[in-house]
Amino acid sequence: MLAMNYRGPYRVRADERPMPRILHPEDAIVRVTRSCICGSDLHLYHGMVPDTRVGMTFGHEFCGTVEQVGAEVRNLNVGDHVLVPFNIACGKCHFCQQGLFGNCHESNAQATAVGGIYGYSHTAGGYDGGQAQYVRVPYADVGPMVIPDWMDPDDAVLLTDVVPTGYQAAEMGGIQPGDTVVVFGAGPVGLMAARSAWLFGASRVIVIDHVEYRLDFARVFGPAEVYNFREIDDMVVFLKKLTDSLGPDVCIDAVGGDAAGSAIQTLLGTKLKLEAGNAIALHWAINSVKKGGIVSIVGVYGPTGNIIPIGNVVNKGITIRANQASVKRLLPRLIDHIKNGHMNPKAMITHRVPLTDVADAYHIFAAKLDGCIKPVLLPNGL
Amino acid sequence: MMTKAMVDTSAMPGWGVDADAENNPTWPMRQIDNQQTRGLSWQRPAQQHPHVEVLRSIEHNRLPAVIGTSTPPSGLSGAIRRYAFRRSESDWWHWLLLMGADRINVVEGVIEDLAHGKVPNIPAELGAKAEWKYNKKGFVLKAGTVLALGLGVAAMLRGGPRPDSAEEPAAPAEPATTMLPAPYWETPPVPAAPVVLIAPDIA
Repeated sequence: MLAMNYRGPYRVRADERPMPRILHPEDAIVRVTRSCICGSDLHLYHGMVPDTRVGMTFGHEFCGTVEQVGAEVRNLNVGDHVLVPFNIACGKCHFCQQGLFGNCHESNAQATAVGGIYGYSHTAGGYDGGQAQYVRVPYADVGPMVIPDWMDPDDAVLLTDVVPTGYQAAEMGGIQPGDTVVVFGAGPVGLMAARSAWLFGASRVIVIDHVEYRLDFARVFGPAEVYNFREIDDMVVFLKKLTDSLGPDVCIDAVGGDAAGSAIQTLLGTKLKLEAGNAIALHWAINSVKKGGIVSIVGVYGPTGNIIPIGNVVNKGITIRANQASVKRLLPRLIDHIKNGHMNPKAMITHRVPLTDVADAYHIFAAKLDGCIKPVLLPNGL
Repeated sequence: MMTKAMVDTSAMPGWGVDADAENNPTWPMRQIDNQQTRGLSWQRPAQQHPHVEVLRSIEHNRLPAVIGTSTPPSGLSGAIRRYAFRRSESDWWHWLLLMGADRINVVEGVIEDLAHGKVPNIPAELGAKAEWKYNKKGFVLKAGTVLALGLGVAAMLRGGPRPDSAEEPAAPAEPATTMLPAPYWETPPVPAAPVVLIAPDIA
């Protein structure tokens, strides 16, 4: 079968690889119909996530048809078209029982902080991902969900990560009716966070980025007020001035370690790897949010440390909430939102690329070429 | 197995009277109201038996029931990874060693390709086709910069005595110790990628 093959920072290709096999009675093998490249994949692509091994296949946002099931799989049948949440979760452990499907204790041997994630380095379990024609899906009765007949598969594939992550960002913000919400990052997750903020009752949604075409998109898709931080001298002062000097009620970091906007953070985090990425978006979030406000983090950082103004967190009485999205918990609600027209995730898809051109797809997405918002790989054709 | 009870809370006046699930800052993610027991008490799924080497965090007291088996550790990078896994996730060296192993693994990957008779097409892996198609100006700028640097380095390596120092004995030529890979922008452009732009359909 054909699969994406990581060869080192900025280098990927499609290669013939062995077919995945059932390795556990609760496994399934899925023939991938759509597989997105996620902004989080760019952290791997840029060599920022420890234990990202050459030869691995990335891809944690995918849907496809069930090709084969293990002996203990009860809820799926061969031929079902399923969306597969990016979390690999057993459904039984202490954490899954709490709805913390992103923190499963029975799916990641290499680390305890996070559960298993498809194609996301060995720090997230060492599973090959869905940027391939076929993929092994563990705990097949827990994660995968049969796509409703009425649902567009383009919406379905975005329900595996982007939509729930953006939605959970807003949920963790504890947004109350009338709140002002600032979203740092106009990538797909930031766009979904901005869209979701309205569903929780926000009265004002502001999106910050430096890529003009993405800000233009956010202005319509959010809809949101948008500002380019390259044109602003001091981001925190600017946001205070926008909000009667008090600061926004909720700030959402939808950027993570691949941020831009601070030379020192770029040097330490992005270039020298002495921080777990560039944390300038989080720095701005903490310093601009209202006293007693909430900072919600869904941007991905590495497992080491970052320079952030933790003293201001204490002095301002800020609540910080963060997690990998608990996709399975959120799916029923989000499916309703799509059905009721509250969300239109597929509008973010700008590029459809055959798997053979995976290197170009990564480059277009990473370098923000050709107006790219969200690329989708088609491993088995249209 | 339940988490050890350190005190008998049933005898403690007022225990839990202010507990309010919705005032829990982790609500609604952390839903614990239906839990009968805490701790390592769940019924585990069947254990997957690894057919390849799988490294395990020392913070785990046992191998998780299901494990990933992609790209087992091998070579020098594998040895470093094994050493890194003697340290906990809290230890900075654990991660720095893994990052170092990742970089060595890239060189191992090129050697592995060559050993299998495959010369990696690094320009294609870097996405040169897309760069040429969508960012010609940047492509040319990068190509010019790298070409200039390459020519400069080559001139330095080949440089003999200058005319004004012709009488000085020539220094022995430094042996080239590193073969630099050809930068991708030095190769001719390849046909455009079959990338299809889909106009956003904004509701």
